[in-house]
Amino acid sequence: MKKVNFHNLSSNLSLLLLAFVLVFSTSILAQENGDVKAGEALYKSNCAACHKLDKKGVGPALRNVAEKYERDWLYKWIKNSQGLIKSGDSKAVALFAEYNNSVMTSFPGLSNNDIDNILAYTSLPKPEPKIAVAPVTAKNNDDGNLQNIILAVLVLILLLLVIMFYLVAKSLAKLYKVNGIEEKIEPKIPLWKIFVKNQFLMLVSAIMFLLVAAYFMYGFFMQIGIDQGYAPVQPIHYSHKIHAGANEIDCNYCHSSARKSKHSGIPSLNVCMNCHKHISEYNGEEDLANGYTKDFYDKEIAKLYDAVGWDDAEQRYTGEEKPVKWVRIHNLPDFVYFNHSQHVKVAGVECQTCHGPVEEMEIMYQHSSLTMGWCIDCHRETNVDLENNGYYEKIHEELSKKYNVEKLTAAELGGLECGKCHY
Amino acid sequence: MSSNKKYWKSVEELDESSSIVELLKQNEFVEQIPTDEFLGDKNTLESSSTSRRDFLKYVGFTTAAASLAACEGPVIKSIPYVVAPDEIVPGIPNFYATSIADGFDFANVLIKTREGRPIKVERNHLAKHSGAVNARVHASVLSMYDKNRLEGPKVMGEYTSWIDFDKNVSNRIEELKDEKIILLTQSFASPTTSELIIKFQKKYPNIRHVIYDSISSSEALDAFEDKYGIRALPDYDFSNAEVIVSVGADFIGDWQGGGFEGSYAKKRIPKKGKMSRHYQFESNMSLSGANADVRIPILPSLQLEVLKALVSDSYIKLPKQVSVLVEKAKKQLKKAGKKGVIITGIPDFDAQKMVLDYNQDSVVMDVKYPRTTFMGRSSEVEKVMNGVISGDIKGLISVGVNPVYSFPDARFRDAYKNLPFSLAFSMKEDETAALAQIIGATPHYLESWGDCQFKKGTFSLMQPTIRPLFNTQQFQECLVRWTQSGSSYYDFLKDFWSNNILESGNHWNQALHDGVITSKAKVKTDADTSIGEVLISKKIINTKKSSGNLELTLYTKTGLGDGQQANNPWLQELPDPITRTTWDNYITISATDATRLGIENNNVANGALNGSYVNLFMGETVINKVPVLIQPGQAQGSIGLALGYGRTSSIQKEMQTGVNAYRLYKEFSPIQTVTIDRIEGEHEFACVQLHNTMMGRDIVRETTLEVFNTKDASKWNPVPVVSKDHEEISVNDPGADLWTSFDRTIGPHFNLSIDLNTCTGCGACVIACHAENNVPVVGKEEVRKSRDMHWLRIDRYYSSEESFEIDLDKKENISGLGKSLSEFGEMENPSENPQVAFMPVMCQHCNHAPCETVCPVAATSHGRQGQNQMTYNRCVGTRYCANNCPYKVRRFNWFLYAQNDQFDFNMNNDLGRMVLNPDVVVRSRGVMEKCSFCIQSTQAIILKAKREGRQVKKGEFNDSCACSAACDTGAMRFGDINDEESIISDLIKDDRAYHLLAEVGTKPNVVYQTKIRNTNEV
Repeated sequence: MKKVNFHNLSSNLSLLLLAFVLVFSTSILAQENGDVKAGEALYKSNCAACHKLDKKGVGPALRNVAEKYERDWLYKWIKNSQGLIKSGDSKAVALFAEYNNSVMTSFPGLSNNDIDNILAYTSLPKPEPKIAVAPVTAKNNDDGNLQNIILAVLVLILLLLVIMFYLVAKSLAKLYKVNGIEEKIEPKIPLWKIFVKNQFLMLVSAIMFLLVAAYFMYGFFMQIGIDQGYAPVQPIHYSHKIHAGANEIDCNYCHSSARKSKHSGIPSLNVCMNCHKHISEYNGEEDLANGYTKDFYDKEIAKLYDAVGWDDAEQRYTGEEKPVKWVRIHNLPDFVYFNHSQHVKVAGVECQTCHGPVEEMEIMYQHSSLTMGWCIDCHRETNVDLENNGYYEKIHEELSKKYNVEKLTAAELGGLECGKCHY
Repeated sequence: MSSNKKYWKSVEELDESSSIVELLKQNEFVEQIPTDEFLGDKNTLESSSTSRRDFLKYVGFTTAAASLAACEGPVIKSIPYVVAPDEIVPGIPNFYATSIADGFDFANVLIKTREGRPIKVERNHLAKHSGAVNARVHASVLSMYDKNRLEGPKVMGEYTSWIDFDKNVSNRIEELKDEKIILLTQSFASPTTSELIIKFQKKYPNIRHVIYDSISSSEALDAFEDKYGIRALPDYDFSNAEVIVSVGADFIGDWQGGGFEGSYAKKRIPKKGKMSRHYQFESNMSLSGANADVRIPILPSLQLEVLKALVSDSYIKLPKQVSVLVEKAKKQLKKAGKKGVIITGIPDFDAQKMVLDYNQDSVVMDVKYPRTTFMGRSSEVEKVMNGVISGDIKGLISVGVNPVYSFPDARFRDAYKNLPFSLAFSMKEDETAALAQIIGATPHYLESWGDCQFKKGTFSLMQPTIRPLFNTQQFQECLVRWTQSGSSYYDFLKDFWSNNILESGNHWNQALHDGVITSKAKVKTDADTSIGEVLISKKIINTKKSSGNLELTLYTKTGLGDGQQANNPWLQELPDPITRTTWDNYITISATDATRLGIENNNVANGALNGSYVNLFMGETVINKVPVLIQPGQAQGSIGLALGYGRTSSIQKEMQTGVNAYRLYKEFSPIQTVTIDRIEGEHEFACVQLHNTMMGRDIVRETTLEVFNTKDASKWNPVPVVSKDHEEISVNDPGADLWTSFDRTIGPHFNLSIDLNTCTGCGACVIACHAENNVPVVGKEEVRKSRDMHWLRIDRYYSSEESFEIDLDKKENISGLGKSLSEFGEMENPSENPQVAFMPVMCQHCNHAPCETVCPVAATSHGRQGQNQMTYNRCVGTRYCANNCPYKVRRFNWFLYAQNDQFDFNMNNDLGRMVLNPDVVVRSRGVMEKCSFCIQSTQAIILKAKREGRQVKKGEFNDSCACSAACDTGAMRFGDINDEESIISDLIKDDRAYHLLAEVGTKPNVVYQTKIRNTNEV
């Protein structure tokens, strides 16, 4: 019986739980009869380009739009807004005028059910803004404490040892006195005098010293003008990690001239706005330890808007442009000619070969040394793709005919000649 | 033996008891040095907390800090566009077709721009009649970046707005409604401008349009108008000519706008044993004379007689030896029939008419599609000048002309200053604008819209290649605004073209892209807007020879032309092709006259050239202190002087060179009679070539057409031999080589061929090289020290005897020491009427280069593509290479020429530096530099082919070298000799091909083509 009761209890409990879950979940779905998940997918593929939930985009903000308009009207509007406007619907005409007569794409393919789903999604309550938890720096430092304790113990032992030796020495001295043994003090010659007297040692150490000094001097002088690791603070904190890493945007999308010109090109701000017209806030992962919070990134996007003259609230360009003064990271001297297109387009070198793991760089830095030796090493080792380029056809043919050579490095093709890079 | 003499320093010492003497014995100085004064008073010194030691500490610390800071690289900012224009990709040049029509030069050109900056002028290959793309046109891009340009409109000397400008102008015109106002303009050759001027004149009937060409072609225009009914100049196609007889017409220079050398050159290369024959009768040694087969120096006053003798049978006044040559020329002309042509530069209506009549059946002269560039009418201009002086004319609007500078009457200046209304449209505050009440600042042609008709039936467009640098407006823009409201000149131009010029099938965009179109449209020309009165035939003034008088011929130089671009350092430093002198104009005189007048030219210790000064008198006009240069080939009794110099207003001090010869341009005739008087003093010329003859050496090879046709090439173009084991072997024999060669058969191997037959010496290549390679300007003083930086020079040689052939014979016949001393000495001096040869010399890119072996740091090395590469950053400046170079083509940077106030030329200001080519580094002090075969361009072409995955196209390399691309005559050809289809691969095997100083065994990659003269009777 007891058992049964217990079973009943448990089943009752689970029922209760189920009921609770059901009630709770239906309470969300209660006012709309649509599928939030399906709605979200539809929203993202069809609406998100022009609408945002809580902010004006090209079109109005859509949160709780279902409450503002009648469902039937919304069906008509979404399926064919222009038709509705032409039919002279006053609400439609007013809305059209409010948003600068920008025509909303018609979605005749969406069923009423689909629209319900979308509206269900847009009717979700606004999530509470995440409170940026202050990075916990006062982490309980167990390791540190342990080290301190060990250190203290060691110091204590050392101290004890010193005292012990002192005592031993004292008692020995007493013993001497008691036994009447005189201490024989030989005339002390300081160590340095012995050292100085030994000419061989002097010579060897002088040579050693000079060699070591030369080594360090060489090291010091050779790094002058080499800015490997140079990571200046930029006027806008642009994260390659987010763009090239998390979002996997191709390098050439922004640095488009790398394929056709000697310069890779710093993208003009209108290129940024291709995406950022619609992305006004950061919703990715936050790196709280370094202070890279959503708030931080949003401010950087605001800087972009300021520079390009984009009024996000009004969704229009103000015309007040403030060009961004980026700090140049990769500098080659004027007497070196480097061409990106030669390497990117012709040779097919990956950007990362020279620029390092850009997709992991939160702050861009100079990965390679950019010295001539570094260039030449690569030219010596890299084989030129002779087969898939019409230009090399004749050269390849002649080479294989004359010397029976099938593979050639850039150096062997003349890539080490001074005049190829210096003019 | 020592003497006991005592030397007194002063009388005071006589007095043994003098206190002063005693005092001086004690003290070093007569008076107490006031050390207290400059060391400061003790109080302040003591109150200061800075001790001497502290001071030294500060010095030490700051020095250390400064040197540490120097190790840090500077922070470089990069600023991208906010909204990038579609057409601009950083690092990729854009090209725009446009036209220059500045009133003196008319040409269709292609402009290379980088990141929105025009940096170079190139020829437009789509234009069949492109006009003269000469040195001035190539240099015109730098004139845009002139820091002395006007930055906006000015009223009464103050900068103002265009609205205010408009208000002032309309008020003034309104005030002078009933008075005579003259619109004095350059020749625009622009259909839309003519249309606008007609509209303007309709609105203000009191304004009369007069066209003023600073260098007049008025008589030729009058003659053509008389014969053919329209005001134009005949065009000539010398590629159809078998015999050309020029009487005083420098048609390879600037005669009638120039631009004839292209067609001329086509007939100068022997084909099937034939080439044209060119007779030149002239007084100054001109480019045409230098290129002629037969050149006859003759006084200007006799030129009309020569012409008469050529077309009729009168031989009055002509000396015997001239008559013989005239007779010869005449026979040749008769034989050539329709393919013979006479041209003349005599400023005389009858002479011009005579020539037109003679040529009317010639296939060389084109009167159906004549040139519609110059339109000026001297008689009208004369009236304007006199009208202003007399006060008859109350207002003068000048556009693109500079009458205060270029009018012959000096009284005009004061009269102009007192005019009730003066308005000048000008790019700079030139002599005229500086005195004008109102100045309309105009843009450079590279910032302007416009259209042109240089030749009937051929229309071209002018388009901006950069946004106006300053607050400027075109004259046409103002006209549009004044005559019709609410429209811009661009709209007007586009409408006009679509309504009048573009025929069906022609599109505006295509026309703008090509720069030129042909159309049968009939449009108004400048001539239609200024209606002239009765034609005035003019005779040469004062041809009677009074004793001691010299006949002066005024001419224009290839560098400065009419003088509008006087503030352009490239042009100032361009050596004159004939005299090889830079930064000057001077009187050219024959050696005989010079001796008679006691005029001397001599070389001073450092090799530079000095010359005497003279005062020049012409009636009441006097020009003081004119330097004189002895010019071989100058007709005895005549002198020459270049126009376009002596400008002072808005001209940088360094470029205020020479004397203003326009004061002698009376009645707009270049021929005048003058007297000169030697005065004290020596002028310092900056001449880049001091040795004028070859002295029979094998530098420029030449032969006659007769020999070329009949004898084997080994006779007239032998391969030099060298001695090996006491046996003579050819230098090309592998046994003669000290070095082993690379295998250069794979990939391109560049060669440059220079045809000495078609090189006219015009200098366009020199300027093009300047622009492409950021060659610095060094200034007159440095040129005098032979430190000019031109990577490409055009050597000019005179023959010591009457011809180079006789020179050679003379040298061959020298034997014995005495004879060699005397005769070689004689051969240093050019003949009175020498033959002339031009030879462009740049780095020869030797396959066995002497420079490479002596460089201690391997800064110069050889590439497999045949280029001798100079690595500036590696060079330490030992100059061994220059010493070991047999061609003397290496240039050393003695100073820092960029951003250095000592060399205040274009590289010393932000505006001027905009012309620099970003693909070529600006060299620093202490490094050697030289021609690189434009490696930046050859590499760019190879890279383009690689990117597109194809072979380099045929002929693609020819335009990569700035010099070969600029060459109008095709004398320079650049290309890949491994490409069997290329022109260059044939040229290096040509019978005429030879290497300069081949006997040295340097195996150059520059090959010259032997010059063939058509001198002997066939």
